[in-house]
Amino acid sequence: MANLKSVQDGIVNSQIWKSIFRVGIPNTNRKRVLAVLGSLILHLHPVKVRRSGVRMSYTWCMGGTSFFLFLVETVTGLLLMFYYRPTIEYAFTDIMDLREQAPFGIMREMHRWGAHAMVIAVWLHMFRVFMTGSYKPPREFNWNVGVILLVLTLLLSFTGYLLPWDQLAIWAITVGSNMARASPGAGTEGPMSSLLKLGDVPLIHSGDDARFALIAGKSIGAATLLRFYVLHCVVIPLAAGFLMAIHFWRVRKDGGISGPL
Amino acid sequence: MSEEITPYQVAPKTPLAGSAAAEIREQGEITRRSFPFVLTAAWLLLTAAVGGLASIFGRFLFPNVLFEPVQKFKAGLPGDYSVGEVDERWKDKYGIWIVRTEDSMYALITICTHLGCTPNWLPSQNKFKCPCHGSGYYKTGINFEGPAPRPLERAKIAIDTADGQILIDKSVAFHQERGEWTHPDSFLKL
Repeated sequence: MANLKSVQDGIVNSQIWKSIFRVGIPNTNRKRVLAVLGSLILHLHPVKVRRSGVRMSYTWCMGGTSFFLFLVETVTGLLLMFYYRPTIEYAFTDIMDLREQAPFGIMREMHRWGAHAMVIAVWLHMFRVFMTGSYKPPREFNWNVGVILLVLTLLLSFTGYLLPWDQLAIWAITVGSNMARASPGAGTEGPMSSLLKLGDVPLIHSGDDARFALIAGKSIGAATLLRFYVLHCVVIPLAAGFLMAIHFWRVRKDGGISGPL
Repeated sequence: MSEEITPYQVAPKTPLAGSAAAEIREQGEITRRSFPFVLTAAWLLLTAAVGGLASIFGRFLFPNVLFEPVQKFKAGLPGDYSVGEVDERWKDKYGIWIVRTEDSMYALITICTHLGCTPNWLPSQNKFKCPCHGSGYYKTGINFEGPAPRPLERAKIAIDTADGQILIDKSVAFHQERGEWTHPDSFLKL
């Protein structure tokens, strides 16, 4: 046993070990606190949690489920990116190959089901927050962050919808992007847009309105596919990740998970 | 009121007396004694989940179908190639030079033996020259300049008995430095 002890001491006193675990064996209260504060993973967990905060019947666990599904979408989406090319030549056949030839053809289905589930979970989370009155001050700012996150979730679904590049995708995005024509002051058919003109020259026309910026052209095409791909895989996930960090931080700072204050 | 079991009740399964499960059941919560079991089960589950996911992700990186040129192909009839020339018709598609001499033919694999670039055939200087680091090879594939440590490899070459066409199989390579260029599959005797 003396040997084992010396081996253990050798490991615990080595520079590698000490560089990772700064505090050493947490055998006093002070060291325990320092160990938790000094660890990225451990410090994420709140010091105390309300009883109502861990009651499923109160929270429905829908916020956590939404975040879990976001992680599922990130991981499965990352794997799909290894096989999918966002060009009109390859997009559809790559989707078919993902199902028929790539390992684990269920990967794409998981991404799709996860997307549907995430939209449902976010709505239910919002419903629960509303019904428990958790949007009230001092949590009103976080409610607004949540509303933006809801919109980003829907935009993730919308942009992902085009990527299979089949008939359903193209016409769904055609219809969806036509709604951008009605943007106030930014779409050709939107309210106030017709007021923006220099003499007889309209400032908002089909070549520079909101829809044009969204689909990178006047009709759905190769540029739209690439644009939606970049929005779907990079821009919106980054924005959502940033806002989620704020969202979770504010949950802690505004008095912990829901429950009466 | 009464001890009768209604149809909606499930008869209780009694855990082994004194076991950790019995304690949990009695007290309705995790006890000091049962905690190590719960902790072990949780860690085992987590390990299994992480291990399972890691192996799925690892496997996902190995495609089942390759979109690459096939390793075996038919290269036409020996008469299609002129004597004394390095033929580049299959270079882009299959990565093969076919060289015909007076009495034989061989197929050189277009991969420099230094670091894997594709050399160019320079007819005016009668040599293969690699643009990356300057390795040079004779028409036979023997290296004579630059950093290349060994000659180009030759692919398996044969005649299809059915239609008389040349058959190249890149999956079989012959190394000169191992004395394999005397192997009957490494060249065609004409």
